[in-house]
Amino acid sequence: MQVSLQVNRESWHLDIEPRQTLLDCLRNVIGLRGTHAGCEHGVCGACTVLLDGTPARSCLILAVQSDGYEILTIEGIAPSPGQLSVLQDAFCETHGLQCGFCTPGMILAGHALLARTSSPTRSEIVEALSGNLCRCTGYVQIIEAIELAAQRLRGANTSPGEARR
Amino acid sequence: MTDLRGYRFVSTKRRAREHRRFVVGEGRFAGDINLPGTLHVALVASDLPAGRILDIDTRQALAMPGVRCVLTGADLAAATDPLMIGVDAPKVRRYPLAAGVTRYCGEWIAAIVAGTRAQAEDARDLVRVSYEALPFVLDAEAAYQQGSPPVHADHGSNVLLDKSFVWGEVVDDFATAKHRLSYRVRWGRSSTVPIETFQVTASWDPWREILDVWASIQMPKFQDQIARALRIRQNDVRVHYDVDVGGSYGVKRGIKHTVLVSFLSRQLGVPVQLIEDRLENMRAGDMHGPERIFDVELAYDQDGLICSMQMRALDNVGAYAGRSPFQLGKPVGAIVGPYRIRSVAYQAIAVTTNKSPQEAVRGFGQAPTNYAIETGIDKVAAALGLDRLTVRRRNFIRKAEFPYLIPSGTRYDSGDYHTVVDKALAHVDYEALMAERDRLRTQGLRAGVGLASCLEPGGGNSAFEPLLNPKNDTTTWMDSCRIAVDALGSVSATMHTLSAGQGHETLLATVIGEVLEIDPDSIRVVRPDSIASLPSNSPVGSRMAVMLGGAGFYAATKLKQRLIDIAAHDLGVDPSRVVYTAGGVHDPLSGEERSFAQLVHIAHRNFHRLPPGFEPGLNVTHVMQVPTGGHLPTADGRVQMYPVHAFEFHIVLLAIDPELGKPEIRRYVVGHDCGTIINPDIVRGMTLGGIAHGIGAALMEEFVYDDEGQMVAQTFMDYLLPSTHEVPQIEIVHHCTPSPFTVFGQKGSGESGYLGAAAAISSAVNDATGPLGITFDALPIRMATIADAVAAAQKR
Repeated sequence: MQVSLQVNRESWHLDIEPRQTLLDCLRNVIGLRGTHAGCEHGVCGACTVLLDGTPARSCLILAVQSDGYEILTIEGIAPSPGQLSVLQDAFCETHGLQCGFCTPGMILAGHALLARTSSPTRSEIVEALSGNLCRCTGYVQIIEAIELAAQRLRGANTSPGEARR
Repeated sequence: MTDLRGYRFVSTKRRAREHRRFVVGEGRFAGDINLPGTLHVALVASDLPAGRILDIDTRQALAMPGVRCVLTGADLAAATDPLMIGVDAPKVRRYPLAAGVTRYCGEWIAAIVAGTRAQAEDARDLVRVSYEALPFVLDAEAAYQQGSPPVHADHGSNVLLDKSFVWGEVVDDFATAKHRLSYRVRWGRSSTVPIETFQVTASWDPWREILDVWASIQMPKFQDQIARALRIRQNDVRVHYDVDVGGSYGVKRGIKHTVLVSFLSRQLGVPVQLIEDRLENMRAGDMHGPERIFDVELAYDQDGLICSMQMRALDNVGAYAGRSPFQLGKPVGAIVGPYRIRSVAYQAIAVTTNKSPQEAVRGFGQAPTNYAIETGIDKVAAALGLDRLTVRRRNFIRKAEFPYLIPSGTRYDSGDYHTVVDKALAHVDYEALMAERDRLRTQGLRAGVGLASCLEPGGGNSAFEPLLNPKNDTTTWMDSCRIAVDALGSVSATMHTLSAGQGHETLLATVIGEVLEIDPDSIRVVRPDSIASLPSNSPVGSRMAVMLGGAGFYAATKLKQRLIDIAAHDLGVDPSRVVYTAGGVHDPLSGEERSFAQLVHIAHRNFHRLPPGFEPGLNVTHVMQVPTGGHLPTADGRVQMYPVHAFEFHIVLLAIDPELGKPEIRRYVVGHDCGTIINPDIVRGMTLGGIAHGIGAALMEEFVYDDEGQMVAQTFMDYLLPSTHEVPQIEIVHHCTPSPFTVFGQKGSGESGYLGAAAAISSAVNDATGPLGITFDALPIRMATIADAVAAAQKR
């Protein structure tokens, strides 16, 4: 089946099986392997991508259903090669990760939150990340990363989206 | 031991250098390996907990698009040797696919190989297996009985291990003690359940005759085991250590997965990849943790001083052995916890059942044992009407008593338990915490405060191997580092295993930078493949701060000495007269110096200026033996298990919704002493993550089986992992009691959160429900369990 996917501001015209998930398409067809398969049944959030800015589980959506959305994956977050976004840098600063497997999903969930609100409360952060499981960190330093990024973004008077450009 | 003060890099906040690749999605996990022509595997799983395989009809599957072959257990078993097991039970044979008999629901029976994973899965559903059902056993007590259906008929019984130890005058101590009490507690079957399932790619090159393996492993002697099973030389196996592991915490052993895909790759001449799906991972990934029943008896006096303990631990290890029975052995090294219990009788029993096999889980058996000990301390306090804190304080080993020899032969290195507890209590304001508990109770909540101490043995030795298997005489569990200074003066170091988020590259660079007095960020850390590597035993047993940190320290110290010797020779003075500073060397008497750049130039270019007998270049290696290790157990089963012992004290305030039974953690404080901390953020992260993991084991996670032997918790909707909602803000109060046995005084710190959290939470729940006369003596204590018990108590 023919589809056109907008991934990280690039167009892909693909001929894929209708049953293929967006996750498998991103990883195995487009070759973006930063999106991870954790449970493949929509619970763990490791496969989170943003569709028009909203977090979505790429294991639960078919690639063909994603036609027409702006898809943003972890590879589309860093402003340029070697340069981290404010949020990515905050994860490094607070040790908001260990093995790094859930991290792309966490960063995308956090990125979407910070695009929505510049001053999230702790409970808003908890809520925004509650669909992303992490087995390493106990979440505490992840929440700190988002708080730190929010603080820095407020100081810089710029949104995460603008920081990218 | 180096002076505690004056570190440049150790114990200072430093970013983990690994993070940059992960936050942009550029980690390189085993599932990201994408070789041209790779084929993919799907697995046919057993429907029965026990059955003779009569026929496997693969005709329809083989006719499906993309399918290359179907491998059955019988064919694989004929061409490979059984996988290694730890205990002395040669008839308990295991192959990656069931051969002839299946022993648990989900066990792999056949492997389908196809062009894509989806094609392989399509074909898998068309394989028809005919069985003759066999009797099965699920319960450990039943399996221990003579006459229970043996999981391995050739072995003759389900008993893999049944070993009794008596350390000290247990009979006398019990006879003379004023009080005794006995109790039973159960640790439920849960696991670490990493978010990345097990993944492996194997590629056999028939022209170079070498097997390349990329796998998400955390397994000592991995390539050794692969080579043995495949009947090839170990240097025919090249395991790539530059693969990121997406979480493990013990379980990523992957032997059967790797032998399977390696065999297939050799057969087919193309790369073969296996990526477990979540169901395969949880049902048959060889990753369940201990499922253990403890029967404990304590002898104590009217002051609550415990003089002796008898403990029987019965562990349900599932259908095959692996290293799992050893998880009853490691706790021998901390069998009295932090307490002055002077005699112990310990019976360790491991039985096979028709459940999924058990593998190593964070703490390697120490978390269940710690839960059993700590529950006993609370019970002694309750029996005497004493405060739980008082009983712990009275029984703690005193600071002045270290190094302290426990009855089972381990000498604890150092500790100051009373101070750690005092600091944690001061931080939490214990009286205020108890007042808050009582205030919550007046609001109608069932509130409780939980306390638990725990010891974390670290530095990972394998002394439990010879202790539990008389045919095993292993007395080393080494790790290694190589450092090279190149011709331009940059420093590179090697490590020889994989990591799963522990920040080992940061650890190694920090330690080497500390010794050489150069910026750790300038030091590159690489991981050669297994053939090019020095020996390592992988990041198990909270060992890398001690063992990789130690190997890096000693290698760097050798390098520093080389620089000193080269400089002294070139200056024409005795090496004892010169002073090393940040790579350069000067002679304080003459004021002459050789800069680091000059010394590098001499080493790489000027053989004529090197001291006699020196090799050119600047290359050093160090293979490190475990501190305090190297001895076989005594005849009565005493052995130094691990070299270092961290201490933690957990304090939890928890409130249970009276109607729903839902527990909510309101406050969590942990006093933590792992000696000298090398990287504060990494240690904090380990501790927090371990506690989160313990919250799961205490309240949420269990691999439940029904009476027919089917595992019913098959997805993340039935097997619940703590989310941001369940893990509270956790406060850590640090104390530092350096170990005398390690280079910086560091101890292990990867497990303590997990080792103490479950015990502390159980203590809190029991404190909350105690006024209703309810005692929970089995983990996990799930919300429904609490609600049912409370409802039943209210009916009474």
